[in-house]
Amino acid sequence: MYVAVKGGERAINNAHAWLAEERRGDTSFTELSIAQIREQLSLAVNRVMAEGSLYDPDLAALAIKQARGDLIEAIFLIRAYRTTLPRFGASRPVDTGAMACDRRISATFKDLPGGQVLGPTFDYTHRLLDFKLAAEGETPQAPERDATQGLVPHVTEFLNREGLIEEAPHDDTPPPDLTREPLEMPADRALRLQALTRADEGFTLSMAYSTQRGYARNHAFVGELRIGAVPVEMEIPELGFAIEIGEVTLTECETVNQFKGSKTEPPQFTRGYGLVFGQTERKAISMALVDRALRWEELGEDNQGAPAQDAEFVLYHADNIQATGFLEHIKLPHYVDFQSELELVRKLRREAEASLAQEAAE
Amino acid sequence: MKDATDSTEPRRAWMGLMAKSADGRVPTLLDGAIAARPAFTWLRAPEVGSVMVRGRAGGTGAPFNLGEMTVTRCALMLESGETGHAYVQGRRKADAEAAALVDALMQTDAAADLRAKVLAPLEAEATAHKSARAAKAAATKVDFFTMVRGED
Repeated sequence: MYVAVKGGERAINNAHAWLAEERRGDTSFTELSIAQIREQLSLAVNRVMAEGSLYDPDLAALAIKQARGDLIEAIFLIRAYRTTLPRFGASRPVDTGAMACDRRISATFKDLPGGQVLGPTFDYTHRLLDFKLAAEGETPQAPERDATQGLVPHVTEFLNREGLIEEAPHDDTPPPDLTREPLEMPADRALRLQALTRADEGFTLSMAYSTQRGYARNHAFVGELRIGAVPVEMEIPELGFAIEIGEVTLTECETVNQFKGSKTEPPQFTRGYGLVFGQTERKAISMALVDRALRWEELGEDNQGAPAQDAEFVLYHADNIQATGFLEHIKLPHYVDFQSELELVRKLRREAEASLAQEAAE
Repeated sequence: MKDATDSTEPRRAWMGLMAKSADGRVPTLLDGAIAARPAFTWLRAPEVGSVMVRGRAGGTGAPFNLGEMTVTRCALMLESGETGHAYVQGRRKADAEAAALVDALMQTDAAADLRAKVLAPLEAEATAHKSARAAKAAATKVDFFTMVRGED
């Protein structure tokens, strides 16, 4: 007879104590500090902030340490913490045009005002292991050059004098919030963008890649990719005016896509949009491609039945915390569930054997 | 709600400066600027919460929710009646308290002193940090314009 589990408390406590010991590793090596993770594994920290949907580098670093470097587990910890925080309000939409850019490139326009700024990129590195990093004591220093001050305009802004690029007209519709209301279909673009910006990087990358390989092909070029800090402003009701409450580093990607026109739209370049917390370039580009693929309906394109065009498929499978929660729960005790399955298979087996015996007798 | 007006602009500036300050700087600078912190009562004790940060589709279109950030806020009143508010980024109760005190004291005779000893150093540090990053970014600017194009 199978029954639900009870007890096991001592085993669980001991398992967690061993987990803590394994997390610490060999004590003859120095323990990792939160500041070291924050400063030296900053792209892991950025991913945890983006997918955890909470901008706080110290918390993300703590979560990475606690999760022993398992980033999905770290994201889980951040999501759980996030739900304990009272919400003070929503910011004004950030102005990415006013970004202090560390990096700003365009794959499509060579001579853009403000220039092509590479920033601290892996691009053009040779992807050879650098054994100098295994030796301690290096303090690298980046060269500096006089910076011309001034805002760096969005590429599409000055490119669109001919009106060949789809506009993103100003709009102040309050956006839906999937942390407050369950995600339901049909999802408008604001809801899709919220789901995509916190979506799993690997899933988003694969979906984006599928559009490049021909599933809902939409010929994306990176019109502009920028990374840098933007101030965050919020209206403070008790003061009666807005103040800056902080500053976040964001990665923004705008794709331009060939579009031969439809019943409702003239031939033009359309746009996909990615905006993600932190320096998270692969994710932002992926987000822009998937955003564009999901826009087929509003642009009057054909539904090619491609996975990346299916909002329900994409949005309901993009969240790695939902996915891992459901996936991993099947390893937890299911003895009672399984008992009924076992009974059913035994019954079917008995019936099959009985009917075989009857056939043989006839 | 109205936008910034001339009268609120200086206050907006110092509140924003303290919101973005490095961890622990505001209490250190405040305690270096005044002999002793003035007595006050809490209107709202420091609390940590979140603010939903929004972006716009395509950079300029309809707003969407990008994700939250941590924020600490508090409000207090000096015995002389001035109220101070603070909203600072992160989980920083001590910084929020010091920022609210500075906000309140900036409405008193201590303003000039605090501007010189708290706000000016904060501003200088923020500018130095920003210029250093901008200078490093400038050094990675690609000079397509200097390429020989074969026009001659």
